[in-house]
Amino acid sequence: MPEIVLEMKNITKRFPLVVANDKVNFSVYKGEIHALVGENGAGKTTLMSILYGLYQADSGEILINDKKIRITNPNIAIKLKIGMVHQHFMLVPPLTVTENVILGMEPKKNNIFIDIENATKKVKEISEGIGFKIDPNAKIESISVGIQQRVEIIKVLYRGAEILVMDEPTAVLTPQEVEELFGILNSLKKQGKTIIFITHKLNEVQAISDRITVMRRGKVVGVKKTSETNKEEIASMMVGRKVIFKVKKNEHNFGKNVLKVSKLNALNNKGLPALKDISFEIKEGEILGIAGVEGNGQTELVEVITGLRKAKSGKISIYERNITNDSPREIKEEKIAHIPEDRRQRGIISQFNVSENLILGSHYDKPFNNGMSLNLNIINKHADKLIKEYDIRPSDKDNLLKSLSGGNQQKVIVARELFGNPIILIAAQPTRGLDVGSIEFVHQQIINERDKNKGVLLVSADLDEILSLSDRIAVIYEGKIAAILDPKKTNQKELGLLMTGSVQNKKTNLEEVKK
Amino acid sequence: MLGNIFNADFFASSIRIAIPLALAGLGGVVSEKSGVINIGLEGMMLTSAFTVVAVTNFSQNPWIGVLSAILIGIVLGLIHAVTSITFRANQIVSGVAINLFASGITVFLAWLFFNETQIMAVKNLPVWGLSIPAPGEGSSVVRSFIVIFLHHSPLVFITVIIFALAHFILFKTPFGLRIRSVGEYPEAADTMGVNVIKMRYLAVITSGALAGLAGSFLSLEQAHFFVKEISGGRGFIALAAMIFGKWTPLGTAGAALLFGFGEALSIRLQGVLAIPVQFINMVPYVLAIFVLVSAIGRATPPAADGIPYEKEVG
Amino acid sequence: MKSNNNINVYSFLEKITPLIAVMFALLVGAIVILIIGEDPIFVYKVLFSNALGSKVGWGNVLFRSTPLIFTGLTVAFAFRCGLFNIGGEGQMYIGTFFATWVGFTFTNLPSFLLIPLCIIAAATGGALWAAVPGILKAKSGVHEVIVTIMMNWIAASLTFYLVLQFKAPPTEAMKAAGVKQMIPHTREIAEAARLPRIYHLLKSINIDFPSYVQANVSFFIAIAVAMLVYYILWKTNLGYEIRAVGYSPLAAEYGGINVSRNIVLAMVISGALAGLVATNEVMGFKYRWRQELFTGYGFNGIAVALLGKNHPFGVVLAAILFGVLNYGGAIVNIFTGGRIPRELIMVLQAVIVIFVVISDEIVKRIIRKRRKTA
Repeated sequence: MPEIVLEMKNITKRFPLVVANDKVNFSVYKGEIHALVGENGAGKTTLMSILYGLYQADSGEILINDKKIRITNPNIAIKLKIGMVHQHFMLVPPLTVTENVILGMEPKKNNIFIDIENATKKVKEISEGIGFKIDPNAKIESISVGIQQRVEIIKVLYRGAEILVMDEPTAVLTPQEVEELFGILNSLKKQGKTIIFITHKLNEVQAISDRITVMRRGKVVGVKKTSETNKEEIASMMVGRKVIFKVKKNEHNFGKNVLKVSKLNALNNKGLPALKDISFEIKEGEILGIAGVEGNGQTELVEVITGLRKAKSGKISIYERNITNDSPREIKEEKIAHIPEDRRQRGIISQFNVSENLILGSHYDKPFNNGMSLNLNIINKHADKLIKEYDIRPSDKDNLLKSLSGGNQQKVIVARELFGNPIILIAAQPTRGLDVGSIEFVHQQIINERDKNKGVLLVSADLDEILSLSDRIAVIYEGKIAAILDPKKTNQKELGLLMTGSVQNKKTNLEEVKK
Repeated sequence: MLGNIFNADFFASSIRIAIPLALAGLGGVVSEKSGVINIGLEGMMLTSAFTVVAVTNFSQNPWIGVLSAILIGIVLGLIHAVTSITFRANQIVSGVAINLFASGITVFLAWLFFNETQIMAVKNLPVWGLSIPAPGEGSSVVRSFIVIFLHHSPLVFITVIIFALAHFILFKTPFGLRIRSVGEYPEAADTMGVNVIKMRYLAVITSGALAGLAGSFLSLEQAHFFVKEISGGRGFIALAAMIFGKWTPLGTAGAALLFGFGEALSIRLQGVLAIPVQFINMVPYVLAIFVLVSAIGRATPPAADGIPYEKEVG
Repeated sequence: MKSNNNINVYSFLEKITPLIAVMFALLVGAIVILIIGEDPIFVYKVLFSNALGSKVGWGNVLFRSTPLIFTGLTVAFAFRCGLFNIGGEGQMYIGTFFATWVGFTFTNLPSFLLIPLCIIAAATGGALWAAVPGILKAKSGVHEVIVTIMMNWIAASLTFYLVLQFKAPPTEAMKAAGVKQMIPHTREIAEAARLPRIYHLLKSINIDFPSYVQANVSFFIAIAVAMLVYYILWKTNLGYEIRAVGYSPLAAEYGGINVSRNIVLAMVISGALAGLVATNEVMGFKYRWRQELFTGYGFNGIAVALLGKNHPFGVVLAAILFGVLNYGGAIVNIFTGGRIPRELIMVLQAVIVIFVVISDEIVKRIIRKRRKTA
């Protein structure tokens, strides 16, 4: 019988609107890699935040090495040798690697000043101990996401952690970086560390974990040995029903060019080149997927096409009409629908109600506006209609958007954008953070647009999504199109290599462009 | 003519004008580095400016006056901390409330205790620096040096020490690292066991104390009296200095000196050029607006500046 | 069902937080009065009975509320666009000076032309002054808080300069006594530019009202403007866009809304509202411009807007409450022989503001507790 290092018993945690953890029992063996899986909102992160002292459980108890303990803040967790690598990195961008590592546990000299030399040495030692090099004096804002994650791991090890909690660590990594991470995790396991690995990606669960705990809607629905189960079983435990992994998509012929982008150049927020001579086109009835590691120009590309960012040079046209550097309103009037990447900041106004959000972008125009004042009657009817059509819940049009779930907020956006028969749909990270039901819904809407012969530009960090939806895939790397591929003739591994610039000069695997 | 303007007294008075701006600006730096906007600096200065004169007159001891003024600054800082950190109120609104309170309470108490709104200070702090040699004594260079750097109120020297300390504390000590991290990314600091609330309280209270010292200098050492609204927008000009100084102590000191220089110059020019006094009076405010415009794009505030920290979301 | 009930409790509590804030402020005031050694019950009785117990009281309350309605709307309107316009004071200075200048310059015009012209001048002055921080914010991203405050002090100096250029000649009496103007002031505006007092209106329908009470038509202008502001904010395209920018500039931009344009517009309209203080202070009362450093209307407008929850109708109610406190406070000052300075009211206003801003969080916490235990 393996030794139980951590046990959480009957943990219950309520938030104002939900019970995030409902009498959860969770136990971990010493030296194992334990996957904690479940959909978004299943309560995994809440459970781990309770373990780490960020939240207090309303009831239940935590035992470490059979000793009952109370963890009221992260300091206690750190003393108990628990470390957490958060999904959103907890790193302070303008500070250096070393400063981030020592924060809260700074070595001192003369009892007053930070002993920065000593700290730097320590950071180097730890990183080399698990097999990689890092510049301790680099600022976080200047290093890649993959390296930032390593800083997070160093941070945890610096505090002497024996139990490491990794919250969705692969969400931001390329397939190659994921492999490297797994290498690091395995070497940590060899050193006798215990790792709790939160994820909803079942391939990874299979690849790395020893045991699996599945959560659904705040409850634990099962614990399995990885070797004794399979992907399908875990998936149905997660969702509570059978899940279809494949999106159904009919073969059909594409039409004329709808959107044409040529030699596009633009700067990012720091004034550095973000897009370098980007060219591509989308045909009627085609989904072009843009694959890439985040921060390689996808955000800027979508912003330039939709008028939210100025192009430095190059040309964007819709059916031969030049729309380069037109205002967002002018471009919207060309019937471009846009599901923005940043749902909460861009896509909705959380303090506006559903009906007000459903007219954003067309509020100034007939029929919602008659010259001076808003046509509230028509606006309300419009809202009722779309709420019904898209099954937005709750169905009250006067609800503020902030009170809706992420999935329903996304439905509001989709309903608004697809209204009025757009000719192009630009969908950026359209399913990020959504539950399985909402993901299926959004995917279906995207396919529908394609089948109605619209052009679709799909930007996603989720390679599964890209591979299953796209008719063609453009890989973007450092602001350039690294390759344009046929999804049927490529795979995650090849995409990953192209996305990281590990393979270059592969322009296309398409033998011909279908007319 | 230029010699008449840019003489030793001119530079000395530039420094004196800069002191309250620098101190209040440093208060802004400390507070905003921790993520709390403090536009209540103006009111904190005003209340302290009243307190220092009132207490000095009652106690006949200017040092007790200065300490009381700092204490009042701390109390107002504490109020700002409670409303904006504990109760997560809008930080600008909280600052505005402190300014309103200060305008009211100073005049209220002035009427109550002194029956007027202009109160002369009966005593000042003794000069710590060298006294100015009589004309003809010593070389003119030595004399100028003493006038500019060494013949000053103790608060001038204390200010210099405070700035040196602030620089080292903010950038070289664990405490400073924690303050900076809390203002950039409080969630990250929290997960590292840094007490965000405590850090912000300490920062805001310190900023109150600094504004208290700034107010003391303004009435006791510069004007030698208190008058209603004596702070005259300097709390806000100090914030402009802070922005121009890129939220660093030394940068803020430099920007404050720039303001001191500008204001001293405009006062001098008044005698030389026939510009109406009202336009001369506008100079510091116009200068502040220009400084703000020119600072845009050069400096970014701490990322979490102005955002209340809320731990429990869900 | 349960959560629905809680939402009702929440919205109810939220609605009465301003009242609780006022109660709390009065309590703090009572403590201060006790410390001074006076009787708070007596003081409050004097305050409220004088302010509300007679036509004179009501008239004076409305008169004192009127400028606060304008400056409260100033702050509230800008706030709806996410802007802190704390420069109402300066915008009011410039607006009132513009109106005065028109009033004493175009003396030949008839009332029906001169009055609208003065009102337009007032709004234009305030709008121009607010446009500067608006444009700086929209084009360069300079924070409006510091700029509006700086503009206040610049306005104070500028109007001081201007009033000296348009100083009224000394009166015969002053010449005889050999004295100069104590506070510099301009010539009087033309009779045709003056707004009738409530006394005149009521007299025309044979209702008795004391002629010396300064309440005038401006109060009704203020009410009409409050209704107009409500209409603009919630019933028009402009209001939709301004509120969208206020809540989320990024989403507004995404929705094809010109963020810069709306920021400038919101500031300009906000400043125009501050300028309209001229209708009460110049056209309805002093008939001239007097140099007085910071009357405080602009700043008190911030308290009014917050207490009124940045809603035009809330602003009207809050302004009336502050009118009561201001007038009652002045009476108390006289009644106690100056032992209770009228600045006590300013202190109370600050306490109200602090409590209004923390009350939201308190209500949220109460609700959260209730939900948890439910």
